[in-house]
Amino acid sequence: MAKITLDGIRHSYMENPVEEADWALKQVDLTWDDGGAYALLGPSGCGKTTLLNIISGLLRPRRGSILFDETDVTPLPPDQRHIAQVFQFPVVYDTMTVYDNLAFPLRNRGVDPATVDKRVREVAEFIDMSHRLKERAKGLTADGKQKISLGRGLVRTDVNVIMFDEPLTVIDPHLKWQLRSKLKELHQRVKRTMIYVTHDQTEALTFADKVVVMNLGEVVQVGTPVELFEKPHHTFVGHFIGSPGMNVLPCALDNGKPILAGQPVAIANQAKGTDGKSLEIGIRPEFVSFSGPNEEGGLPVQISKVSDAGRFRIVETKCDGQTVRLLVGEGKEIPSDGARLRFDPANTRLYADGWLAE
Amino acid sequence: MRKSWIVPTAYIAFLMLPIYWLVNMSFKTTNEILGGFSLYPKEFTLDNYVTIFTDPTWYMGYVNSLTYVGINTVLSVAVALPAAYAFSRYRFVGDKHLFFWLLTNRMAPPAVFALPFFQLYSAVGLFDTHIAVALSHTLFNIPLAVWILEGFMSGVPKELDETAYVDGHSFWGFFLKIFIPTIAAGIGVACFFCFMFSWVELLLAKTLTAVEAKPIAATMTRTASTSGYELGLLAAAGTLTIVPGAFVIYFVRNYIAKGFALGRV
Amino acid sequence: MNKTVNQKAWLFVLPVFVLVAFNAIIPLMTVVNYSVQETFGDNTFFWSGVLWFEEVLNSERFHDSLFRQLMFTFSILAIEIPLGIAIALTMPRKGPWVPVCLVLMALPLLIPWNVVGAMWNIFALPDIGFLGYVLNALGFDYNFTRQPGDAWFTLILMDVWHWTSLVVLLSYAGLVSIPDAYYQAAKIDGAKGWAIFRHIQLPKMKRVLTIAVLLRFMDSFMIYTEASVLTGGGPGNSTTVLSIDLVKIALGQFDLGPAAAMSLIYFLIILLLSWVFYTLMMRNEES
Repeated sequence: MAKITLDGIRHSYMENPVEEADWALKQVDLTWDDGGAYALLGPSGCGKTTLLNIISGLLRPRRGSILFDETDVTPLPPDQRHIAQVFQFPVVYDTMTVYDNLAFPLRNRGVDPATVDKRVREVAEFIDMSHRLKERAKGLTADGKQKISLGRGLVRTDVNVIMFDEPLTVIDPHLKWQLRSKLKELHQRVKRTMIYVTHDQTEALTFADKVVVMNLGEVVQVGTPVELFEKPHHTFVGHFIGSPGMNVLPCALDNGKPILAGQPVAIANQAKGTDGKSLEIGIRPEFVSFSGPNEEGGLPVQISKVSDAGRFRIVETKCDGQTVRLLVGEGKEIPSDGARLRFDPANTRLYADGWLAE
Repeated sequence: MRKSWIVPTAYIAFLMLPIYWLVNMSFKTTNEILGGFSLYPKEFTLDNYVTIFTDPTWYMGYVNSLTYVGINTVLSVAVALPAAYAFSRYRFVGDKHLFFWLLTNRMAPPAVFALPFFQLYSAVGLFDTHIAVALSHTLFNIPLAVWILEGFMSGVPKELDETAYVDGHSFWGFFLKIFIPTIAAGIGVACFFCFMFSWVELLLAKTLTAVEAKPIAATMTRTASTSGYELGLLAAAGTLTIVPGAFVIYFVRNYIAKGFALGRV
Repeated sequence: MNKTVNQKAWLFVLPVFVLVAFNAIIPLMTVVNYSVQETFGDNTFFWSGVLWFEEVLNSERFHDSLFRQLMFTFSILAIEIPLGIAIALTMPRKGPWVPVCLVLMALPLLIPWNVVGAMWNIFALPDIGFLGYVLNALGFDYNFTRQPGDAWFTLILMDVWHWTSLVVLLSYAGLVSIPDAYYQAAKIDGAKGWAIFRHIQLPKMKRVLTIAVLLRFMDSFMIYTEASVLTGGGPGNSTTVLSIDLVKIALGQFDLGPAAAMSLIYFLIILLLSWVFYTLMMRNEES
């Protein structure tokens, strides 16, 4: 049980990294609190698996160090770090029974047979495998195998953190839900730190208390699912999380006020220190609405497409060649012409070079 | 574990030693060979090689060997491809028995078949032709090729076939343009094994030939008995038989690591 | 994989069937034909029933050859399989040396068998061969053409030289196709050398090892050319294994009846033992 600190981690798979783009991980400083449920979210190739392997000790970073509580574990191999990992493709020991699979990590560490037996039975019950202990692990379905992989992590009492590397990739869709809620339930029972790596926002947001969003080898935001949704620190987060993603609209600045299509836009943040950077307005479709016929102002747009998404409709509009999407609830009317858009000032923000202006 | 390179290195040294000795002998004169033990040729000579390259009874042996090995490899793999496809995709009457029967032929000792083969190929008028040797070697090479290719094909999901049909490919269009490129590694490995077992086999090749199609390896044994024990010449001829094999391995070197797993592990 | 029933698949198999049948069935019938007849060399044949089979099965000569054959096959399996696995385990998994290693190791496999025999003959000659000269210089009284023990040693060493690489290549291919995640999981689970081998590498190599054992078993049981060039079955009959004996009887003495009967018995032994090997290795996998 420990707090995990990543201090100035950089890593490259190349022998001699020259450019910034040669680094798979550019610069990562992070703290993971003990007992938290974290998700590491980002598109393929953003460096999340690299980061995971650095924490588990399968990779040694080029720069920086990893602390478990106050101990520097950077040079330690995985088995000395007291971590567990569940891989993308289920790893079970084919020749062994479910029981032996679960007992394997303990036996390797020389735990006495009575304790092994007790732990294995406890964990088997956690993962609903009590009745299948005598079966060969080889014959299990993919979700059963993933449970065994997880069980091998839970069976040890010394585990600091359990890491999941896209664990649901090979699971049938209807079982994904089941396994995900099982994980959540387990986290509440065992109170171990869990880090869940995925590129799927639904998986990340439903599992984690805190989500770490990565892009191009750096961490772009750490926050609760609500924070990520309401206050993205980077246009990437706004775009990556939410469906449809945040509207990102290039804009100009006049007298410290952002101007979009010739009209000033009220924003929730300050436009300081943005000189010379490329500026964008970010607003989620959820916070855009049509202005009523009697309201003043608003951004004049043409409606180009309406698609039905069940409880609401996604309306795509054009304004000065830019696309602005908004959500319109059931029963609300969509104006046929002369439509104008209203942005909720509390959720409209200015971004400079992609980052939230502060 | 840092010192683990020692084992493969020692093993390779052990493999190279007899080969070096053969090459060493091939550059020696007969006098030096019979004169006693020496680690390297003191009177370096190319005479043995010159003899081989200028005397048609020698060099035609190589041409003959390569001809029937080539025919055999192409023939074995060409007929094994559709058969392996049938075994990997379809069920039909007697499929399992047929597959097993094919494999049993891989277990037939050539010594058992030498004499009947001689009679059979004489009867059909193919004795002493390249075709005869190539055909006789299909006895063990076709089963092997079918076995290897079936393994690779079973590793290719059936959805590939179905998608191709949906896309409007005819069977042969799909088979030649999509399926064969997909299992290229498997075909490479199958060709390698067919080449290997046909190139190294001698008993049948020798039994089925006299003059016209006589393999190089047979030329060597006859020379040893008729023109005295010319070790240098024998060593040079032996050295030259290693060359085609070395070429073939060099071509498949990138397939060896994964390809030898034979498709499914 | 679910296979669809399709009787037209026979058309795909037909060319293979015709070719192999031509090469297998007609000669096999010839052998069967000889095995139940008696001839006095004037092309007249008499029905002799199972006479030749009884004669072969009861002959001491056949028992001796069979015993030598079994000794030879089990010796080389006992050496080549563990040695091949050990070498495969110590080989690098990636890097520039991998293709070099593989190409050099595969080389003996592609040398014609009589050249292998001739090469080892030259290599082992006591006066001018490297092996023979060095052994004698070290004080061993080594001469494979005269002492049966030395002949056996040389024969087995030659086979190890010739064929261990096949086991290495197959095992190595099995090893490199194990996904990294298995090794990583094992590291995290605290497994060390032997446990990794026993629970990850060996199970994953099982299929290729089955193939290796079967191929080595079948081929060593049929060994003829290399052995006949190296020792010719001698000194005396000390290295006369089944194929060599068979050729001596069939072509040397032209005793077609006994040779044919022996051929069939020989073939059946290989079939039976291969089947036993195969079922044993497969059953182990399923249970």
